[in-house]
Amino acid sequence: MVAIGTNGWNTEPLGGMMDLQHKIDVPETSSPLSVKPSGQATAAQLQEERSIIEVENVDFYYGSNHALKSINVEIPEKKATAFIGPSGCGKTTLLRCLNRMNDLVLNTRLTGSIKLDSKDIYDPSTDVINLRRRVGMIFQKWNPFPKSIYENVVYGLRIVGINNRNLLDEVAEKSLRRAALWDEVKDNLNKSATDLSGGQQQRLCIARALAVEPEVLLMDEPCSALDPISTAKIEELIHELKDTFTIVIVTHNMQQAARCADRTAFFYLGELIEVGETGKLFTAPEKRQTEDYITGRFG
Amino acid sequence: MVEPENIEKRLSNNRRFDTIFAVIGLISTFVGMITLAALLFDLSTDGLGRISFQFFVSFPSRFAAQAGILSAWVGTTLVMIVTALTAIPMGVGAGVYLEEYAPKNWFTGLIEINIANLAGVPSIVYGLMALGLFVYQFKFGQSILSAGLTLALLILPIVIVATRESIRAVPSSMREAAYALGATKWQTTRDHVLPYSMGGILTGVIISLSRAIGETAPLITIGALTFIAFLPDPPIKGEFPFVSFDWLWSPFSVMPIQMFNWVSRPQQEFHLNAAATGLILMVMTLLMNGIAIYFRYRFRKRIKW
Repeated sequence: MVAIGTNGWNTEPLGGMMDLQHKIDVPETSSPLSVKPSGQATAAQLQEERSIIEVENVDFYYGSNHALKSINVEIPEKKATAFIGPSGCGKTTLLRCLNRMNDLVLNTRLTGSIKLDSKDIYDPSTDVINLRRRVGMIFQKWNPFPKSIYENVVYGLRIVGINNRNLLDEVAEKSLRRAALWDEVKDNLNKSATDLSGGQQQRLCIARALAVEPEVLLMDEPCSALDPISTAKIEELIHELKDTFTIVIVTHNMQQAARCADRTAFFYLGELIEVGETGKLFTAPEKRQTEDYITGRFG
Repeated sequence: MVEPENIEKRLSNNRRFDTIFAVIGLISTFVGMITLAALLFDLSTDGLGRISFQFFVSFPSRFAAQAGILSAWVGTTLVMIVTALTAIPMGVGAGVYLEEYAPKNWFTGLIEINIANLAGVPSIVYGLMALGLFVYQFKFGQSILSAGLTLALLILPIVIVATRESIRAVPSSMREAAYALGATKWQTTRDHVLPYSMGGILTGVIISLSRAIGETAPLITIGALTFIAFLPDPPIKGEFPFVSFDWLWSPFSVMPIQMFNWVSRPQQEFHLNAAATGLILMVMTLLMNGIAIYFRYRFRKRIKW
C-alpha cells in the first residue's frame, strides 16, 4: 500500500486512500496484490503470446544428410528457451539457422520458413548482415579476437563506422557491466583478451555480442568447456539478461536447462519431440522419448 | 596372447629404430648446413678481397681491377621493386579471393591445380612467354618493366600458395565471431583474416622475392644486357614533378647476369669479381630471409589464440 502511495496520496487517512483505490481501478490492483504467485503466472502466460521467432516446417540438409525434419517451434520474446537432446539431434543446427550462420557451411539447404518479427529471414530480400546484428551469437568455444579487451567489445560498433571515443567507452563499460565482467577488467581494458581465463573470455564474448544491442541472443553450449564456478556466473547472467533479451540456449546439461530456461524443447534424431514450459517438460513430459531422455535412460 | 619376451624384444627394436632415425635426421641437417658454410667460405676466399666501396660504385670494365657492379645492383634493385609491387598485391589478392570468396566447385578446383603446377614450370619457359608477350606484343622492349613483370609472373604462384596456406591457418572461429557481429566478408578479411595471417604471408613473399633475385635464365631470354656502362634514368628528379618513370623503359643488367658474364671470361681476375658478386648476392638473400624470420616472429608474438 505504501509503495502505491508514492503518487502523493499517502498523506490521506488510510480509509480515504482505500476508497480512492477502489474508485480508480478495482479489478487490476486487487488481484495481483492479493494472490501474487498465480497472478505472475497469468502475466507470464499472457506475454508468451508474443513470439519473436517462428520456425515453420523447417527441413535442413547437409548435402544428403537430413539434419532437421519439419521443425515447428516458436521462441517467446524476452524469455530463455533451451534446446536439449543427445549429440547429433540437430539442436545446434537449428540454432545456427536462426541467424543464418549455416550459410557459411557449404552444401547446405533449408526449406520452410523462419520468421523474426513475422518477417522471413530466408527471404532473398533479407539483409543477412542486419539479421546477425539483431540476432547475436555466443559459441561453444569462446572466440575473442586476439586483440585488446576493449577492441573486442567495440568491434561490432567499429564495423558500422562508430569511432567516437566517448560513445565507444560508454558502450564498452555498459556491455562489460551487463556481462558481469567490468569489475574484473576495468583496469586492464588494453590487455590482450586471450590473457583472460576461459570463463572471463566467454563473458567477454557475451559483452561483445551485447554491445550491438541484439534482440535475440543465441548461445551454443556456452558453458560446456567451463568449470562449475564460471558456469554458475554465466547462468546467473542468463537470468539477468532474459529481462532485456530473448535467449535461446543449446545445452547438453539438463540441470542447466532446468535452471535457466522458461521453455525447453527436446530434440531427437532431427525431430522436435516435445516443447513446453520447462517445469512441465521435466516433471510431466508428454512423450515417452522425452521421459526416457530426462530420466537418463539414453543419451 | 603375446609372449612377454616378445614384447620385450619388440620394445628394444622400437628403441633402436628411434635412435637410427635421430641419427639420419642429424646427418641430413648437417649436409645442408655444411654445404651452405662451404659455399660461403669458398666465395669469401675468392671474392672478399675484391669487395670495396669502389666495387659498388664502378661500372663494368675491360680491366678486371677497375670493374664494379654499379649497373648490376641498381638494375637488380629496380627490377625487384617492379616485381614486388606487381606480385605482392596480385598474389595476396588472388590468395584471399580463392580462400575466402570463391565458391568451392570443379572450376576453382581446376584453378587450384593449375596454380600449383605453375609453381613448378621452369623459369626459362616464363622467359619465352615474356619475350613474346611483354617484349613484342605489349612493346615494353628489353626493359626493366619487362624484367620485373616476368619475375612477378614467376613468383606469383608461390605468393598465392603461401597466402592461402597462412589464411587457412586462421581458425574459422575468428571468422564466425566476426560474421556473428554483422561484419561483411571484406571487413572480416581486412580486420581479422589478413592481420592474423600476415606473418605467414610476409614470409612467403620474401622467400619468393629471394628466389626472384637470383633468377638469370628468364632475364637473358628477354634480352638483359651483359655489359652495361650507364644507369637508368633516376626515379627522383630535382625539378617538378620530382618523380619520373622513364627508368621503367631502360635497358638493364642484374647481378646474376653480371656474374655469368665474368665467369665466362678466360681471365682469372674476372672470376674473382664473379665470386665477389656472388658473395654479395648471397648476403642479400640471407638478409631477406632474416627479415622474413623477424617479421614472422613479430607477428606471431603479437597474436595469441
